[in-house]
Amino acid sequence: MSKFTIDRRGLIKSTAAIGAGLAMPHVFTRNANAFTNEPTGSTVTLGFNVPQSGPYADEGLEQLRAYQLAVEHLNGEGDGGMLNTFSSKALSGNGILGKKVQYVTGDTQTKTDAARASARSMIEKDGVVMITGGSSSGPAVAVQALCQEAGVIFMAGLTHANDTTGKDRKANGFRHFFNSYMSGAALAPVLKNAYGADRNAYYITADYNWGYTTEQAIREATEAVGWNTVETVLTPLTATDFSSYIAPVLNSDADVLVLVHYGGNMVNSLTNAVQFGLRERQKNGKQFEIVVPLYSELMAKGAGANMKGIFGSQNWDWKLENVFGEKYSGTNAFVRSYGEKYGVPPGQAAHTGYVQALLYADAVERAGSFNPCAVVEALEDFEFDGLGNGPTLYRGADHQCFKDVVVVKGKENPENEFDLVEIVEMTPTEQVTYDPDHPQFAGGELGSCNAGA
Amino acid sequence: MDAIILQILNGLDKGSAYALIALGLTLIFGTLGVVNFAHGALFMLGAFCAVTLSRLLAISHETVDPTRTDFLGNPLKVQTPYVEEWFGPEIGQTIIEWSVPLGILFAIPIMIAAGLAMERGLIRYFYKRPHADQILVTFGLAIVLQEIVKYFFGANPIPTPAPPALVGSLDFGVLIGFDAGQIIYPYWRLIYFIFAAILIGGVFAFLQFTTFGMVVRAGMADRETVGLLGINIDKRFTIMFAIAAVVAGLAGVMYAPINSPNYHMGMDFLVLSFVVVVVGGMGSLGGAVLAGFVLGILESFASMPQVTSVIPGINQIVIYLVAIIILLTRPRGLLGRKGVME
Repeated sequence: MSKFTIDRRGLIKSTAAIGAGLAMPHVFTRNANAFTNEPTGSTVTLGFNVPQSGPYADEGLEQLRAYQLAVEHLNGEGDGGMLNTFSSKALSGNGILGKKVQYVTGDTQTKTDAARASARSMIEKDGVVMITGGSSSGPAVAVQALCQEAGVIFMAGLTHANDTTGKDRKANGFRHFFNSYMSGAALAPVLKNAYGADRNAYYITADYNWGYTTEQAIREATEAVGWNTVETVLTPLTATDFSSYIAPVLNSDADVLVLVHYGGNMVNSLTNAVQFGLRERQKNGKQFEIVVPLYSELMAKGAGANMKGIFGSQNWDWKLENVFGEKYSGTNAFVRSYGEKYGVPPGQAAHTGYVQALLYADAVERAGSFNPCAVVEALEDFEFDGLGNGPTLYRGADHQCFKDVVVVKGKENPENEFDLVEIVEMTPTEQVTYDPDHPQFAGGELGSCNAGA
Repeated sequence: MDAIILQILNGLDKGSAYALIALGLTLIFGTLGVVNFAHGALFMLGAFCAVTLSRLLAISHETVDPTRTDFLGNPLKVQTPYVEEWFGPEIGQTIIEWSVPLGILFAIPIMIAAGLAMERGLIRYFYKRPHADQILVTFGLAIVLQEIVKYFFGANPIPTPAPPALVGSLDFGVLIGFDAGQIIYPYWRLIYFIFAAILIGGVFAFLQFTTFGMVVRAGMADRETVGLLGINIDKRFTIMFAIAAVVAGLAGVMYAPINSPNYHMGMDFLVLSFVVVVVGGMGSLGGAVLAGFVLGILESFASMPQVTSVIPGINQIVIYLVAIIILLTRPRGLLGRKGVME
């Protein structure tokens, strides 16, 4: 039997060898495989995935311009925009964590499969660490799920369906934009005041995720103030002529038409509704009215005079700071940057995209890491101000931002081509806040963050 | 009853677009034997003729008005169209507002040129090739034309309104004894239907009552015999291709105010129009027109909530269902000649 002996020098050597051995995997993998697409050089790549064709192409182009502006500001170019007004001072115009920001773009075509394909390409081929964009809830929800699987952050762009932070919520996904519930909660009291509590509403709804939740939200909110729903009809997202759907409204008992359409679809359906004389119509002893729950200046421009006097809701408006003062600071700084670069005021799609890019960069700076789980931690329950919407909370429970909601209507006598929307009311945050498990949002779990590789 | 009349009107309107495109497709198939998948692109080109003319008429020179400011607080740049300067503000504005009807005159030479260029430059090399080759090359051509339009005009729909005098709607119900407001129909859609009827009637009259048309019809029936008589039938067929292009183009011009033109609109109509041609009967001009209106009306009825609530989504497939039934029971189509598609 051999005798095991060890001296002091041997003990030190063995300890050092075992320690080095145990540390080895960490040394080799810490930078290379700690999380998906960890930036290793002097640059970091972001993915801007927006519709550049299809019915929401206008919004996509606007959003893309804003993302490009955000990259300029993050890299210290231009006038800095809302970096100057943002309550967090972590961003200094030196890129993100000292790495210069670069980007790749994709065309979602307003289609779920195309959006996922371009997002996958960005993750696998371009090595993006964050994807942002959307401009349509179907693709946004699909890309959010993909980002969760792949282990990158998704900062949603224009997605208004409840499901994005409801039943389809994901730990790696965050939404700055408001949602269908908030539109209903903000609009219903205004509609009651304007048109009375005794109204019969007919819904023409886009046949996809956003249409369903928005119709439900507006229906429940208006029924709560006394309105009656007489009919709900779904229309394909690809439809361009809505006359077959508008004509039956004339023979119904409705005195209000709610067009749950957005972008190019809304421009066409509203134009068709006006062509059929609905705006001049009297029904049940009342003036016939049209409501467009989700509004934008771009749509107002596309629909022209047809939008005059029509109520809707917005996430943000470029006139907010001029009308309501400092509470909405950041608005004018962004309008100046964007307006001088592109010659037109930014719309809400541009604003929410720009803000999402800044919020991501800021979270990385505050976390000191691009690791998605560190970013999630930095964003959850983060309170900020100075980004145009007033004091805002990124709620940790569902990754939804809570802020005031803008109720608008088409301006009757615009002074110029940009003066198309009149702000009717700023609905306070408390009025549009709900519990994370509210029935319209129930059924989803955030799960835990995924850092990928 | 009022709902039914309204949907018939609506269907006639949709059917007008289908019929006009299908008529052109049939003219080309009947004369040249070519299945022209680029025909929808000609419809789209017509709509963009209206867009182009409205933009040309709106070309302006810029002046700075120091008394007013833009959204950034800078002095306002005011655009004044040259047309308003030349003809005065009122007449100039009226000319701009009537750009769509004027677009008809603008589009005719452009569509003739486009049709001739398409036929002489590419399609004639595929006359003796299989239909599959013709479909591939014309489909490719359609995509090329689409992408060219997308490059110059962007991907977004471009609002192209009708003249203000023709905006609004007619209380059609009052004219036929219904209460006021029960059957209202937009003026421009009625104008579109009347325009389509005149255009279709014009094409038929041209083929029926002119010597040129008679020769073309003879050539459609027996190309070789007409050729043996010393008539240059190829030249006439080329002219028919240009006429078909003009028909599709004018259908597009007048459609522009109904739904804002976009680069993809030709493809949206093309597939449906081919179904119309097949249902009507390949090579049958009357069949194309009849099927266009019948399917347009069917589609409208299928979109009524009373129907979609019973069979959801029927509005999106009704035309294809009808096509399947027709092809199974009568492969030559409603008015097709025996032997074609059988």
